[in-house]
Amino acid sequence: MADKDSVKQTLIVALLICIACSVVVATTAVALKPEQQRNKLLDRNKNILAAAGLYDEDQHSNSDIPELFEQFTVGLADLEANTLLSAEQAAEQGIDLASYDQRKASKDPELSKALTGDEDIAGIGRRERYANVYMLKDGDDIQRIVLPVRGYGLWGTLYGFMALEGDMDTVAGLGFFEHKETPGLGAEVDNPKWKSIWVGKEIYAEDMSVAAEVLKGAVNNNSPKARYQIDGLSGATLTSRGVSNLVEYWMGDNGYGPLLATLRK
Amino acid sequence: MSQTKDVLISPIFNNNPIALQILGICSALAVTTSLNTTLVMCIALTTVCAFSNLFISLIRNHIPSSIRIIVQMTIIASLVIVVDQILQAYAYAISKQLSVFVGLIITNCIVMGRAEAFAMKNPPMPSFLDGVGNGLGYSVVLLFVGVIRELFGSGSLFGVNILPLVADGGWYQGNGLLLLPPSAFFIIGLFIWLLRSYQPEQVEESDFDIMPQSANTEAHHA
Repeated sequence: MADKDSVKQTLIVALLICIACSVVVATTAVALKPEQQRNKLLDRNKNILAAAGLYDEDQHSNSDIPELFEQFTVGLADLEANTLLSAEQAAEQGIDLASYDQRKASKDPELSKALTGDEDIAGIGRRERYANVYMLKDGDDIQRIVLPVRGYGLWGTLYGFMALEGDMDTVAGLGFFEHKETPGLGAEVDNPKWKSIWVGKEIYAEDMSVAAEVLKGAVNNNSPKARYQIDGLSGATLTSRGVSNLVEYWMGDNGYGPLLATLRK
Repeated sequence: MSQTKDVLISPIFNNNPIALQILGICSALAVTTSLNTTLVMCIALTTVCAFSNLFISLIRNHIPSSIRIIVQMTIIASLVIVVDQILQAYAYAISKQLSVFVGLIITNCIVMGRAEAFAMKNPPMPSFLDGVGNGLGYSVVLLFVGVIRELFGSGSLFGVNILPLVADGGWYQGNGLLLLPPSAFFIIGLFIWLLRSYQPEQVEESDFDIMPQSANTEAHHA
């Protein structure tokens, strides 16, 4: 055998190692892809169901998710025209609802717009034109609507869903499925107990401005504003403020506000 | 036989990669807030370390010395990607929590260290066992840290509530420091202290002894 330190041998070994490793990596990645995509979809759907209050960790398991998810009517919110598009209408706009990736769209200049500093209270940079919405319908009446929301917390963007009751004002649930907040402090946004405070709170004041906010500290229940206010997370002022801001942004005039106003009529 | 056993067992307490060699601490800080992630991380690292040692040892006589580090890296990186892909497919929730740290096994000093120090010079079987042994040594420290952090930080073990938290209506006020990465430094420090009290031969000689103070007369001359 040739000297193992010769140039020729070095090149041959390097080449063989690269080929062997790339075959192994590529095979695993391709073979496991369908399973991984199924997991991602399941996880997203679980979070939508959880926000709408339809998924209970103790009662349901992953296998129930597809069936539970069937209850939803999936649609698309047009945040420029402030209309709600069905799957067919979305197809006319050239968007396939099943494959529409809202997060990708928020980075695509064709499908999103840059926000000015004043508008961008949630710290998201760009906002997409179309948002996936999930509705529980009784005939033509919307009983519950789940809207994707996001905003900057302390360490990164929080991605979640806000569910509203049919009056387009009362919160049915709020949950985040992806965030980078500090475990034990900011990450308490995941705490079921804290999330349950949101249920039943109202978003809009009499004059239809966004009144819902996360306070610093506890809410005084005797205050007339208590129905709009949420206890802050202790030790997580910036995360609490981030959640407050993202609710204000997405429920406000630049978010779903005008759309919700038309649905309310 | 005893030598085989020695290769497997000695890294756990006698020659622990974290406690004695002080390698691979970074991930020990990051993933030990809950035992579920800790355990998965331990299994992932042990697997990668064992198989990278095995494969590198198999081809050790063909690896040109000029590119040996990059060859080791390629093999380790491929194994890590495979492990990461498997986790994403079969343990999605945990892989989400571990996020970037599985990928960072590539740069874990223990894996590279064992490949270079052991697998390059030893036959495949002992190398494989050395990888398993060092993975176990890493796991012992991580689990020690993980148990303390999860129990006293969030009042639970493997997500099962043990000490009911004040936030959930119980009596235990979770220790916030334990949930933050720096606390693992203290716990690893305590682990090393415990281990070295039990096995004093692990205590290193200090590099520089402090000299006695200079005598009065010398000080006057200066």
